[in-house]
Amino acid sequence: MSGWTTAFRGIAWRETLRFVNQRGRFLAALVRPLVWLFIFAAGFRAVLGLSITPPYQTYVLYEVYVTPGLCAMIQLFNGMQSSLTMVYDRETGAMRTLLVSPFPRWFLLGSKLVAGVIVSLLQVYAFLLIAWVWGIHPPPAGLVAVLPALVLSGLMLGAMGLFLSSAIRQLENFAGVMNFVIFPMFFASSALYPLWRMRESSVLLYDICRFNPFTHAVELIRFALYLQVNWLSLGVVTGCLALFFGGAVLMYDPARGLGIRRKGG
Amino acid sequence: MTTRPALLVRNVSHSFGATRALEDVSLTVPRGGFTALLGVNGAGKTTLFNLVTRLYANRSGAIEVAGHDLRRQPTQALRRLGVVFQSRALDADLTVQQNLMYHAALHGIARAEARPRVAEVLAQVDLDDRAGARASALSGGQVRRAEIARALIHAPELLLLDEATVGLDVKSRAEVLALTRRLIAEHQVSALWATHILDEIDPSDGLVILHRGRILFTGTAGEAATAAGGDLTRAFLDLTGVQA
Repeated sequence: MSGWTTAFRGIAWRETLRFVNQRGRFLAALVRPLVWLFIFAAGFRAVLGLSITPPYQTYVLYEVYVTPGLCAMIQLFNGMQSSLTMVYDRETGAMRTLLVSPFPRWFLLGSKLVAGVIVSLLQVYAFLLIAWVWGIHPPPAGLVAVLPALVLSGLMLGAMGLFLSSAIRQLENFAGVMNFVIFPMFFASSALYPLWRMRESSVLLYDICRFNPFTHAVELIRFALYLQVNWLSLGVVTGCLALFFGGAVLMYDPARGLGIRRKGG
Repeated sequence: MTTRPALLVRNVSHSFGATRALEDVSLTVPRGGFTALLGVNGAGKTTLFNLVTRLYANRSGAIEVAGHDLRRQPTQALRRLGVVFQSRALDADLTVQQNLMYHAALHGIARAEARPRVAEVLAQVDLDDRAGARASALSGGQVRRAEIARALIHAPELLLLDEATVGLDVKSRAEVLALTRRLIAEHQVSALWATHILDEIDPSDGLVILHRGRILFTGTAGEAATAAGGDLTRAFLDLTGVQA
């Protein structure tokens, strides 16, 4: 096994251990979308009418509509959790172990990103299994076809988390990320309601939702789950992945000195 | 190639905005020796370490680790470097053994090779009975010993220790220092030991005095002391102008 593979496996193993050691994190990641599915969706089913929009070929229950959005929500929170651990590692000093590795920064960050996506996939499939039992039945082949879409959206949202972590100086600032990144991204998207509904309320909001990368992550997952490809969303998600990851690598470059806190001595 | 120094720093300067942290710093750590980097808090020791470990990018002058230029050959240079940071850098969620295995992986050492090596270095720092303990459960002295073991895992040629005894009681401090001296002899590794405690320096040690970002003395501690009538403290105070 080459040193590169060993290093990647080491980072993936570290991320998995962190996840296993924090069982509450797995539970929280699972309970959050389930609350939306079991309670929120049940309440909104009666209120919110859905027309037939692609990829659906017939009227669908609200629970069916929100399921792809909730998959993306798991990945959004997982990406932010990774970001949080990067900030925590920087505060406790553990990140320096990673950064003084002889492997290039882009590889170290990329390995961490991929490891985080693997963890998020476990969470999403556990959610889809429970949703299946609840009566959400996409085509069985869709559960396989959605995997590449989940990988891509997980990478994009994880890369966004990495990028944000380079700019967050203290753990205390993370509440701001919740308020100014996670909630607006989630609510101003097609995760909970189709965009045509949004246009009826406000054209400006509709445009914001259309340009929100999270909307495209949701649509990529939604279409893949029903064995279709949304090419626009595929392009936007891929482009945003390149942009966020490139930004993260740039921000963690030693020349910028942002990987660690400045400390004299 | 055999005479290349473990560390060569040539005309390195570094600033944080308008604040000049290092000014034209040059120093050499010879192979197989113990060199003390002496300076008061804020002298620039940690900044220099962050440049050598590439946590900060070096924009001026040159840094070579075992003959490998840090800018042009960062991978080769960092492979030859073992680091003990000033503040604790063990992963508190992991056990001691897991911390060392993780570090080995980050240096590309496969698990089969790393496992016996981890057991070996933990025995050397007398922590083999704490291998399964969480890092968060260790005492200050044990954390330092674990970090020294971790720094040796990938058989570096140069060990950087940034105020490795800070925060330890007198007994633990003496133990960590003695352990480091024994290990660098056994592993035939060179060491740059940053400190502000003069008691930690032996007359035969190499000595670099850094003050306000500038090098004021390079030589041996014995030479510095001789110049001040045999008193290293006096020599340090005279050179730096610091009031006793």
